[in-house]
Amino acid sequence: MSTLNFGYGINRPRAIDLDNNDLRKSNAIIAEMPELQACIGCGSCTASCTAGAITNFNFRKLHTAVRRGEYRGVYEELSKCMLCGKCRLVCPRGINTRGLVMLIKRKLGDF
Amino acid sequence: MAHRVVIVGGGAAGMQTALELKSRGIEPVIVERDIELGGKARGWYKLFPSFTPAGDVMRPLAERVKRERIRCFYGQEVTEFAPDGVILRSGERIPADAVVVATGFTLFDAHRKQEYGYGLYDNVLTSVDLERMMNSGAVTLADGSMPRRIAILHCVGSRDEKVCQKHCSKVCCITGVKQAIELKQMFPEADIFNFYMDIRMFGPGYEELYREAQERHNIHFVRGRISEAAETINKRIQIKAEDTLTGRPLRMTVDMLVLLVGMSANYENAELAKRAGLELSPNGFFRTVDSFLGAVRSQREGIFFAGAATAPKSLADTLAEASLTASAVDEYLKNSFNK
Repeated sequence: MSTLNFGYGINRPRAIDLDNNDLRKSNAIIAEMPELQACIGCGSCTASCTAGAITNFNFRKLHTAVRRGEYRGVYEELSKCMLCGKCRLVCPRGINTRGLVMLIKRKLGDF
Repeated sequence: MAHRVVIVGGGAAGMQTALELKSRGIEPVIVERDIELGGKARGWYKLFPSFTPAGDVMRPLAERVKRERIRCFYGQEVTEFAPDGVILRSGERIPADAVVVATGFTLFDAHRKQEYGYGLYDNVLTSVDLERMMNSGAVTLADGSMPRRIAILHCVGSRDEKVCQKHCSKVCCITGVKQAIELKQMFPEADIFNFYMDIRMFGPGYEELYREAQERHNIHFVRGRISEAAETINKRIQIKAEDTLTGRPLRMTVDMLVLLVGMSANYENAELAKRAGLELSPNGFFRTVDSFLGAVRSQREGIFFAGAATAPKSLADTLAEASLTASAVDEYLKNSFNK
């Protein structure tokens, strides 16, 4: 007898769970680039982003998620970045955003 | 004979106004509700953004008031004021040639935001509680242990229509940054999270301190208001918020939750204003003529304001304004009585 498909599934909880997220990689990234914590979420990086103009790539959300210990899919998503560096020119807090793309990829690469 | 000016309130605004008036040859009289001078700043630990001990500012003020032999009434409440004097709760009337209202503000009662559990859970405290704890030299959890994870919530009793406090209390953002840094210095191993709706760094050196908190002290700033707090079985505090910069709900457990309580208008303002023929602003603070040249004048000649009676203000703003008030009073007395 085959299993009936009732159309129900189990979704992963969407909440960011800071009690169980492993923040070691996130802490290592911040330790290497402390100015990342100075991000004020203005969205200039995303607004100027070449990849963001043609895909749903959102660098502000990505690096904020990384800081919260949410790494799932980030490495793959960051492959959309073409390292043009426009985001670095506009960041009002002077964060080396292009360097940050490389840093996150380096830290999450073995994930 | 020197003109007499009654100052209602012996906090920073009242003391500074009194001292300035005295130096102009006017006789100030302070009426203070409490049994000593100092107001809300008394017992405060350190002041933003320079970490100046509050006592270094408040003590000299009170000492100068004493040295200048300024007359003070203690434990006396003013129930009515007019340009020609004030009436005390006891019925006694103090005649004057002008009156300065320096009645300050009331701290927002954190119990009113029941969803944060103040008064219900052991390790939920207000920014004022924390300041007093720091002043007494011992910040610990209720059981005496050290916190390893602390959340600081901005805008408790500010910008919140649910508790009839639509205004911004102005000083809490920078206080939150200051306290986060102080806690981090006290507990270097602890993770500190500030939950905010907007960060309003309006003053000189504030933005710089904010950045220092982020970059040098690794304080985590999460844009999102905590919706509720609940106590876990081991007396920790579980909080829920949205991390609005990632667009996802966020939950975490902390050892200590600090509520940055705002400034509310005094409850008595409505009755005092009615009796004096003055108007209040929609947020319940006294209304000034305008925010520019009339920033310390009321709608009635002879009644002036100083400090947070008219709007939330920092101690620095209050002290600066009190000097302005004294100058406005002086000008008024010269024009009205020395013709």
